[in-house]
Order: sequence, then C-alpha cells, then structure tokens
Amino acid sequence: MKSFDYIRATSVAEAVQAGGTGARYIAGGTNLLDLMKLEVMAPDTLIDITRLGLDQIEELDNGGLRIGALVPNADLAADMRVRRGWPVLSRALLAGASGQLRNKATTGGNLLQRTRCYYFYDTAAPCNKREPGSGCAAMEGFNRILGVLGTSDHCIATHPSDMAVAMQVLDAEVEIEGKDGTRRVELDEFYRLPGDTPHIETVLAEGELITAVILPPAPGGKHVYQKVRDRASYAFALVSVACVAKVEGGVLEDISLAFGGLAPKPWRNRAVEDLLKGQAPSEALFEQAAETLLAEAKGHGSNDFKIPLTRRTLVSVLGEATKGAAA
Amino acid sequence: MTNELTLDKKADTRRLDEMAQGLLGTPMDRPEGVLKVTGKAIYADEERPSNLAYGYLVRATGPIGRIVSTNKDEIAKMPGVVAVIEEADLPRNSVQGATPTAAPTRGDRIDYIGQPLALVVADGFEEARHAAQAMTAVMEADTGLHFDPEAPGASIETPEAKQASQGDLDAAMASAAFTLDEEYHTSSMHSAAMEPHATIAEWKDGKLTMRGAYQMLKFNQKSVSDALDLDLSQIRLLSPFVGGGFGSKLGIAPEAIAAALASKAVGRPVSVAMHRRQVFETTTHRSATKQKVRLAADKDGKLIGVGHDNLVYNLPGEKFSEPTTQATPFTYAGENRVIGHHIARLHRPAAGSVRAPGEAVGATVFEMAMDEMAEKLDLDPIEFRVRNIPDLDPSKGIPFSENRMEAVLRDGAERFGWKHTKPKQRLEDGWWIGTGVAAAVRVNMMSETSARVRLTQDGAVVETDMTDIGTGTYAILTQVAGELLGLPANRVETRLGDSDFPKAFGSGGSVGASSSGTAVYLACMELRQNIAAALGVEETDLTLKDGRAISGNVAKPLTEIVPGEGWSATGTVKGGKAGSLVRQATWGSCFAEVAVNAVTGETRVRRMLGSFAAGRILNEKTAKSQCIGGMTWGLGMALHEELVHDPRDGHMVNRDLAEYHVPANLDVPQIEAHLLMEDRDDWANPVQAKGIGELGISGTGAAVINAIYNACGVRIRSLPGTLDKILAELP
Repeated sequence: MKSFDYIRATSVAEAVQAGGTGARYIAGGTNLLDLMKLEVMAPDTLIDITRLGLDQIEELDNGGLRIGALVPNADLAADMRVRRGWPVLSRALLAGASGQLRNKATTGGNLLQRTRCYYFYDTAAPCNKREPGSGCAAMEGFNRILGVLGTSDHCIATHPSDMAVAMQVLDAEVEIEGKDGTRRVELDEFYRLPGDTPHIETVLAEGELITAVILPPAPGGKHVYQKVRDRASYAFALVSVACVAKVEGGVLEDISLAFGGLAPKPWRNRAVEDLLKGQAPSEALFEQAAETLLAEAKGHGSNDFKIPLTRRTLVSVLGEATKGAAA
Repeated sequence: MTNELTLDKKADTRRLDEMAQGLLGTPMDRPEGVLKVTGKAIYADEERPSNLAYGYLVRATGPIGRIVSTNKDEIAKMPGVVAVIEEADLPRNSVQGATPTAAPTRGDRIDYIGQPLALVVADGFEEARHAAQAMTAVMEADTGLHFDPEAPGASIETPEAKQASQGDLDAAMASAAFTLDEEYHTSSMHSAAMEPHATIAEWKDGKLTMRGAYQMLKFNQKSVSDALDLDLSQIRLLSPFVGGGFGSKLGIAPEAIAAALASKAVGRPVSVAMHRRQVFETTTHRSATKQKVRLAADKDGKLIGVGHDNLVYNLPGEKFSEPTTQATPFTYAGENRVIGHHIARLHRPAAGSVRAPGEAVGATVFEMAMDEMAEKLDLDPIEFRVRNIPDLDPSKGIPFSENRMEAVLRDGAERFGWKHTKPKQRLEDGWWIGTGVAAAVRVNMMSETSARVRLTQDGAVVETDMTDIGTGTYAILTQVAGELLGLPANRVETRLGDSDFPKAFGSGGSVGASSSGTAVYLACMELRQNIAAALGVEETDLTLKDGRAISGNVAKPLTEIVPGEGWSATGTVKGGKAGSLVRQATWGSCFAEVAVNAVTGETRVRRMLGSFAAGRILNEKTAKSQCIGGMTWGLGMALHEELVHDPRDGHMVNRDLAEYHVPANLDVPQIEAHLLMEDRDDWANPVQAKGIGELGISGTGAAVINAIYNACGVRIRSLPGTLDKILAELP
C-alpha cells in the first residue's frame, strides 16, 4: 500500500474543502481498502467522513425519504419505513455482500464501489479503467461476470451493486455537495457509460461528495428483487432484476425495471417499460419485453450465457410481479 | 525405552477394547479449543520478536522466460526498505508433499506468472509491500509455451509405470450388453486454507528457528536443510497451530526459504506472510483433469470392463502428478481393465497434493459415471454398486483388509430415506427437486512415525513433531494416551509441532491419526510394562483407570508407583508388508438432495448425509468434523470451485476468495455424518484405526451431481456444475 495522508473531517464543508485530485473519501472502506492494498487505487490523501453525521434516514414532506450517505447498508435494509414503502431496496441490500460487510458499508460508498472485473484487480493486466489507454484484458480473456449491455470496445466491466439497482428502479436521486454548493442528480444520470473513457464512472467532479440519496414517495405496487448468483452467500449478481409493478383491471398500469450484473451501471431501459405499460400480462408480452431489452446485448465468450439467463429471469420476474392479476 | 513395530501382519489383539478409562472414541472437546476461540493459540505469523523486519514476495508478472535484469537498485532505495533478496536460489514454488529436498530454484528464469521474483525486506509491512509492488524485471520471453493441457501441440508425457492393463477391455466393450464411454472434466482447485502461509525466521548462534504454518516438519526440516545447506541440528521448526493446510502446507512454501535467506542477510528476525493472491499462485494447487471413463456390464449389471484414462498437468520438473485413478483398481469388479495416465507440461503455477489427491477428483468422476451406468441398466444405483463390490482386489488379486462398501451404502440409504426414482419427478415452487447417491473410497496408508510419552506422578506428556492442522491431533493423542495409561484427559498434555520432538510422518495422506496414534500406543504399552513390573504382575492383568493401577485385589495410585523422575518411552511404527498383503481402504457413502431452479439453473443443496467406515474412531466429534468438512468440499467441487487460468499466459484469473468460490454458510445445508463406530481394521495397525481426513471428499461431490440429474434431467460432466451448464439444457 502506498503511504497516504489521513484527514478526519468534522463537517461536510471541511471534507469538501479538503477533497480534490489525489484525495479519496473513506467511510466503510470495504472496497477502497482492498483496492489500496493491491494498489489498484493509490490515493495521496484519505479524508475520513465517518464523523459527518450523515447517518440519518429522514422522511420528506412529499412522502419520500432522504437517506444519509453514511447510513450503513445493514441499517438501511432493516429500516421499517424502507421495508414497508420501498421493500425492493431492502431486499436488494440483503441480497448483497455479507452481514459483516453490510454493517460497515455505507449508502454513498455502495454507489461508488468499483467493478469486480478480474483484470481491473490485477495491476499486471492492461485495463482502460485502471490505466486509461492500456487496453482491455477482459475482452479476449475470462469474462464470465462481465457485461453484455452498455459496454464499449474499451471496457466491458459491470457495476457490482445490488442496492443501486433497487435505487435505479425507484427513481432515486443523488445529493451531491461540492465546493460550489449542493446539487441533485438522478441516479440514471449519475453513472456514465464507459465509451472511450471507462475510467470516468460518474458525473462527480473532483472533490464532490455524496451526502444523501433521495427516494421519491413510496411507489406502491408489487416489489420484486431477483438475484441470480453462483452461490447463495456472498456472490455478485450474474444478473439481477428489480421490478416495481402495478396491475389494475388486468392491465399493467405501471412498471419500472432495473437490472444488475449486465452493464457498467444499474441498467434501465424505458422502452421495455413503455412496451409493457397498459398491456395485459402474458408470456408472449414478457418475451417481447426481454427481446427489446436484449436487442443490443453482446456477449464476449464466457459471459454469453447471461443473455438467455436474463431473458428467462426477466420473464419469470414479470410473471411473479403480475401473478393473479388477470382481470 | 523404545518400542518399535513394523506392520507386517494383522494385529492379533484389540487391546484398546480392553481398557477401562473410557476416553478413546468419545466426542471429547479439543483440549486446545479454548485457546483457539479466545485468540490465545499462537499461529505462524503472530509472534512479534523485537527488531522484526517484514518481507514481501515480489510477483513475477511475465512474460515467462529468462530474467535479464531487475530494478532492484531502485527498490532498495525506497522508504523503509532494508534489503532486496533477489537470489537464484529463491524457490520457484512449494516443495511437493513428503519430499525431503528443496524446491526447484528460480535460477535466472520465471516459469509461470505469479512466481516469486524476489523478496523485499523493510522495517514495516506496508513499506515492504509497496516496494515489492514497484519491482519489475526485464525479461527475455520464451516462445512456444503451452498453457492449456488440451491445446494442440501441448507436451504430453505418458509414463509407462503409470499405465496398467489386464484382460481385453476393447473386446469387453464390444461384447457387453451395456456400455458407457464418456469424457469428464474437473477444474483446477486450490486448498485455500483459512490461514495464509507465513514464516517468521530468526538466526541465533548459527541456528535457524522458523515459526510457520507447516504440515510435515520432518520433511520440511530436510527441505530447509537442502535449500540452505545446513545441518538438521541447525534448524528448528515450530508449528504448534496451523490454520488449515489441506495439502498446501505439506511441502515448505517459498515464503519460508525467502524468510530464512532474508533473516540471515539483514541480521534480524524476518516475517514473511503471503497475501491470499500469493497463496493461490506460489503454493501448489490441484490440477484440472480430463477423464475418460469406460464401463462394460453384462445383462445382470455385473461389470466386466473398467477403463479410466486421465490427463492432468504440472510445471516442467515437478515429480507430482494428480493420481486420479488411485482408487479405480480396486473399488469395483471387472476382469478387463485399463488405466491410463497422461501429464501435460504446462507453464501454469505448480500443481500438487490437495486434500485426497487422486480420489477427490477421480472417485468423484467415477461415481458420476456409475450413476449414468446404473440408469442404462435401469437399476437402483445402490444395487448396481453392491453387485459390483469385488471379493478380492480385482487388479492385484489380494484380499481386502475389510470392505465396508455395502455396509455404508445400506446404512446411509436407511438414514437418508433413499428411494430410487426416475428423473424429473418433482417440481416445487419453480424448483426441480432430486436426490443422488455416491460412494466414497480412499486408500489407507501408513508411514514411519515416532512419539514419546513421559509418565510422571503428575500425569503424562505426549511429544511428537506431528502437527494439528485443525484436524484434532491434540485431542486424539491425548485420548490414546489417557485410555492406555488410565488417566483423565486433564492429566495428559500433548505437545506437537516442534521439530525437536520425535519425528512423525506429519499431517498428510490421512496418515497422521493412525500413525501418530499407533506411535503413542506403542510408547504407552511400554509404560504399562513398567507399571506392571513395579506391581509384579503381567501387563495383561493390569487395569489402569483414573490414575490408579488395579490388578487382582491390589489397587494403587500411579503417584505411588511412578518414580519421581518419571518414565519415558518412545514408540515407533513403520509401514510393512501389511500394506501389500491386503488392500486397505476406507469406505463411505454420501446422499444429497438438491433443488435446481427451473428458470435460472441455480442449484442449492438441501441436505446431505454420509455414512463412513475408517476402522476405530479415536474421537467421534473430530472424526465427524472431518467427514462434514470433506462433504462440504465435495459440495464445493460439484457446484462452485473453479480456479480459472487465463488462456493467454496461464495466470490464475480469479485468485481471491471473492471470485474463487468455496461454499459459504448459505450454500451448506445441514450435513449429517455417521460413523460405523464398531468398525475395526486389524490389518491397519494395533489401534485398528485408519485415516479419515480425506474420505469425506473422495467421491461425495458426485452425489450432488447425480442429484442434479435426478432433479432436472441434466447430466453435468464438467465440474463445477454452474448454472450456465444447466441452463443450456433446461426447457
């Protein structure tokens, strides 16, 4: 591990003031410390933000929730308001990591965890995300866990979070504090696709700090989080589907879908939702939705199976979300 | 006093059954258990001698070839760096198990990606690690290397001594009523013991002390002697607690020799602990296998032909090759037999022994094939196996010391509630449910081992350089001594893992318990003679219980019999003709119920049950734990474990525990292991005990694979059975 300076910030303003090039914020450290040991990341300065008091979940006047960036994943999953109003989020959190990790990992940190691509973790391998311009070892290598949607010729990494997939389906917004003040960004806009700059993963500017995630009012309807994985404990999603669906009078009145394990960001495709909305649930409709979702999907060898797996899983989730809904 | 026994014949008495203490065989807690759960057991890298320096191995990142130069001089100037040990005699990889010589040395070559290039020594661990990560080499790359055993042009050896044939298998296959001819694959796997390999080396007055995580001190000490050109008397190895080994700590690993070299160079004690990623690459792992199984059976389901051909790999220069077919020659009947063994020479990291080398992958695949064959014959797979239990070892024509295959199959079947069913019968809530069975079999071996027992007025002290790698050695040797000397467990102290103690074979090959148990038995029998002589009675008339000696109408506390200075006796057991006059093996059965997701192909094991026979059980709890652990490994081999080599340069891609999946809590259901407690094998040794540490993995994974077929009708012939392989065939 490279030597670094350590600053413990006592206020958001102080943290943001200290932030910038070469500095990294640290909270739970469940991903950053591993990456620093391997020198995949080697910040000059760590700014400890654990004392900033951003660990509250507050109800908003509009019925939404403001989740502090430092709320531990375990606490967020167990929160009664979340479990009642946004159960897909609680389920997604509990599908991720392990009990020990969820105790340490925070909301903001979870959004910013790095890909689990084997070659990203291997400093001897070329990786455009770790070292821009060096190439991508995964493309022609072993890529079983990597992406089939939203990837580029430069990077096929996936975003590993479960939590973010649920937040994506819930139309969450990210509250960001920077030297110029506070701004809010829709989660869908928060992540950037790799294109030819896979090392730039979000719209965060240097030194900006996530302070909260805002959830709109509880959406109601049926919530499903289906995670397909290689083992039942502690494995990242091969594919995951978050679904919030409302069926009225035999018709899918509203539906939101987000996907994990497939893309560089929690994936959402509004065309799939539009295709489903207003329709009577049927196997044929679900197959059509899967076809639309996967129209552009591209496997790279060992991850080819993700395409049929996603199709099957989506059809199954839609069936579950609309079960007993026939008019 | 010494008592030496060479095992040339069947034991003619079962003296342990005549003892009165009632300690042996009981599920006694480990005497060192409290130390372990309170953090007071000192493992390899937990001592902190003053002035300790830290070493970190430098990973060769490739290309493979000749080392032209390194940036050693720059590294030596980095903050905190004390020395850069970059010598041609750094080990290339771990020594193979039970090998008394040094590992191949680095020389001026890198033979595989991940090989130790150098060791950086610094005042602090992070300084050493940072500098090690900055070290690079200029290489002259080799050309024409191979990384895949099945790639065209790979160099394949077919050693004559490892091929066997009898009768005419081709003719049997042509004439048989039923045949099977299939190809199977198992993946590269790693022991991934919880405790990473580590050594603290310290020189004092020309003597080297190494505190480390080692399984076999006798061999390890000789390897160190060979590597560093030292007399054995100059080397002391200490390994009182080992956090799992499973074969990866049989032979001394590169960090140990590097630590010794570094400590000498810098004149300070040096700690070298491997990172998990280094453990994967520089210690030995289990070779992937390709196995071709041929079976021929007559119309009654009697096997008339058995063929088992396999391809494994290793680095050039390594003598070990996975003995895949080790149990095939004797497990099932069949007069026409062919064994084939082929070794690809590849530039992947070195392969070596991992828990049950041979049977773990060989018996597992064979048990998958047996299930397929039973289906062709339309037979209950248990009946098919029972019909083919041979009367004599069909390859050597010698009798079995005992064959408990049918007993464990029947016992397991009854406890599990086994019912033979057709595949694809139960679909519940979107999951296909099925059950499967497999037999487990593992050869039983013996190797020279000594132990010393000192009996004083306070009690007994057992000493041997045998190790406890989590297996329960402290418990069982305490129990053997306590039983024979009539002492409760709290008056017996067992001391292990010090190379100054009498030499044992060590923990490997499931030999440890029976060999060190027998050595302690022999020493205690000598001490019983002393007690009997002091009382003026025959040893056979002596009853020892709770610190008292009883004979006829005389009862006396040992404190009044044993002289103040105590008595000491050493027992030594050696393997002899008993190992070749009869076929010795241990036997097991495993049953599994699985659920296969009808949409995703995910498999979850719902329950597992095993029944095992391994002669006398020394401690019911630790023996069961071995079986449960082995079955968990079987589950992992069946569903999870897959060490992936990059096809371009052979490097291990998923070399950490996040992506190298072993079964974790939610993946492991309630596992029941049952032991045939009344079993005794008189041919094994006078304790009548055989090894049980590896039996639990020697075939059991097949029960899971066979259950997958029963559940959803998909035959997995390539392990692990991940969902992508199942998905492709689901409706």
